[in-house]
Amino acid sequence: MAEILIKNVAKKFETYQALSDINLTISDREFMVLLGASGCGKTTLLRIIAGLETATSGEVWIGGKRIDHLPPKDRGIAMVFQNYAVFPHMTVFENIGFGLRMQKQPEAVVQERVKRTASLMHIEQLLGRYSGELSGGQRQRVAVARALAMEPDVILMDEPLSNLDALLRLEMRAELKGVLAESETTAIYVTHDQVEAMSLADRISVMNRGEIVQAATPMEVYRNPAAEFVAGFIGNPPMNFVVADRAENHQWRVAGEHYSGPKSDEDQIHFAIRPEDVVIAETGLDARVRLVEPLGAHLHVTCDVGGRMFRAVLDSGLEVKAGDHLKLQPQLDRIRWFDKNTTKALEV
Amino acid sequence: MSTSLSNTSTVRAGRWVYGASVALLCAWVLVPIYLLLVNTLSSPAAVSGFPKSFVPEFDTASLEFFAGFSGMVSALINSIYVAAITMVLSIVIGAPAGYALSRFDFKGKELFRLLILLTRAFPLPLLALPLTVMFIQVGLDDTIFGLALVHTTLAIPFAVLITFSLFSGIPVELEEASWTLGCTRLTGFRYVVLPLILPGITASAIFAFVISWNEVFAAAVLTIENRTLTAFLLQNLDTSPLHLKFAGGFILVVPALVFIFAVRKYLFAMWGIANR
Repeated sequence: MAEILIKNVAKKFETYQALSDINLTISDREFMVLLGASGCGKTTLLRIIAGLETATSGEVWIGGKRIDHLPPKDRGIAMVFQNYAVFPHMTVFENIGFGLRMQKQPEAVVQERVKRTASLMHIEQLLGRYSGELSGGQRQRVAVARALAMEPDVILMDEPLSNLDALLRLEMRAELKGVLAESETTAIYVTHDQVEAMSLADRISVMNRGEIVQAATPMEVYRNPAAEFVAGFIGNPPMNFVVADRAENHQWRVAGEHYSGPKSDEDQIHFAIRPEDVVIAETGLDARVRLVEPLGAHLHVTCDVGGRMFRAVLDSGLEVKAGDHLKLQPQLDRIRWFDKNTTKALEV
Repeated sequence: MSTSLSNTSTVRAGRWVYGASVALLCAWVLVPIYLLLVNTLSSPAAVSGFPKSFVPEFDTASLEFFAGFSGMVSALINSIYVAAITMVLSIVIGAPAGYALSRFDFKGKELFRLLILLTRAFPLPLLALPLTVMFIQVGLDDTIFGLALVHTTLAIPFAVLITFSLFSGIPVELEEASWTLGCTRLTGFRYVVLPLILPGITASAIFAFVISWNEVFAAAVLTIENRTLTAFLLQNLDTSPLHLKFAGGFILVVPALVFIFAVRKYLFAMWGIANR
């Protein structure tokens, strides 16, 4: 059992608050992705869990044991670094077996586990090579194999795919998911790539300015973002926001149309809808088309709705051109509402 | 058409200037060494005669004279001892400082780096007299260890700066990876960092050796009975005939040249030039 508990963790660098009051529970064998833009504190949080950074305050527990005072080697973790960190003076075999030899495992165990993890990562034929003789993708495989060979309770990955080219990244992504599911390890994976996060994660923690804005399953994060930041960060193109003015009986007026929304005391709130959740109809949001991008499968249409930029993903069979006036009808159960001041989601 | 013509001629002229500068710099270093070699390997008559020959006669009489000169061998051994102690001390003291500079952030780090260089700002003659007095008081005068201490002081700034650049060249992630794989700071250093910087450390050690080998002022002031080779030659060559001066100079220059040539790659690295 390797449940991870992060309690009130905060980190301050000199005057800069990198993390403030982080609370997170990651269950055993869960694949948790920390997602956020650079500088949001996701790597700092990972390094605190690894023991490469000390938290200014707070506690970290792994498998029911408080570990934030222990050195990295005693935490039951293994880590995969962004730039691979494959030891250049050792062969692939020695790299993968390094951790096991440090643990003074019998040579038979080292041999067996190195060979097993190497074949898992499809690098058996490279065991005698040095890191200088490997490609970036192969180095990444060595780094993952080296972490897996430790059979850790928790595997920590810091943007492991970001240095690979696009095609290789897709391939490794699919492979990582399979390998980690099989290894039954708890995994924490840091990335700024929302597609990577959506495709890999059991749960995503979206981070912004040193705080976790939302921690939920990928579909929940996508469908029901807890705040405008999440709605705008996830999805490509991101969610659209339109100002909604109060009408009577929880009705809100949005770009010339009325929709029933939350019971809020505010005079103005934000109406939000995903670009793919609108269709052209007789009635709907008043939209003036500014730009049309035909992408084959879909038509990306950038419009002006209620004085704001609004993007719609429409059927590519439609005849739409810049300057057209459209009525865009949102799918009613996909409409979300956000408080204009706190930017938090509002319950209907 | 005309622009491409003028371009090629500019490029050609640039190459010419470049080539000439390189040749000039090489000559500046190599010609004196060559003349030293010629005169060392010439008979006394040829050395003091005129016109000079630019081809050595391969007369080894001067060198043979030095081989049999009394005190020469013990001076040579003293030199090696002093240089070896300097080498060990400056690495043992300098390498940890280089590691700290490259890996840790501490208050006054920049000032500390500056101060390291500042130790070279005081001319040795200024320090030699008080040092001698102090050494006499504690009984370190005219000892190999005492002189090695002074040479260590001279060599440490270089040892710190070279090792600093070596450690900085090793990504900190490699060390961090070793910690997550079961190493402590110490074993991580032992199994990951040390094997990677060992060639550089060796080079830096040899450089310290050469600094001590070449040093003459402190050696001449601080030793009387236990002269090092430089001090010994300085004392004796002053009153020697010309051909012996050349041969003595040759004996001093060659080991230093060989050592520096062996470690040139790492000395470039110290000055911030990529060492690939």
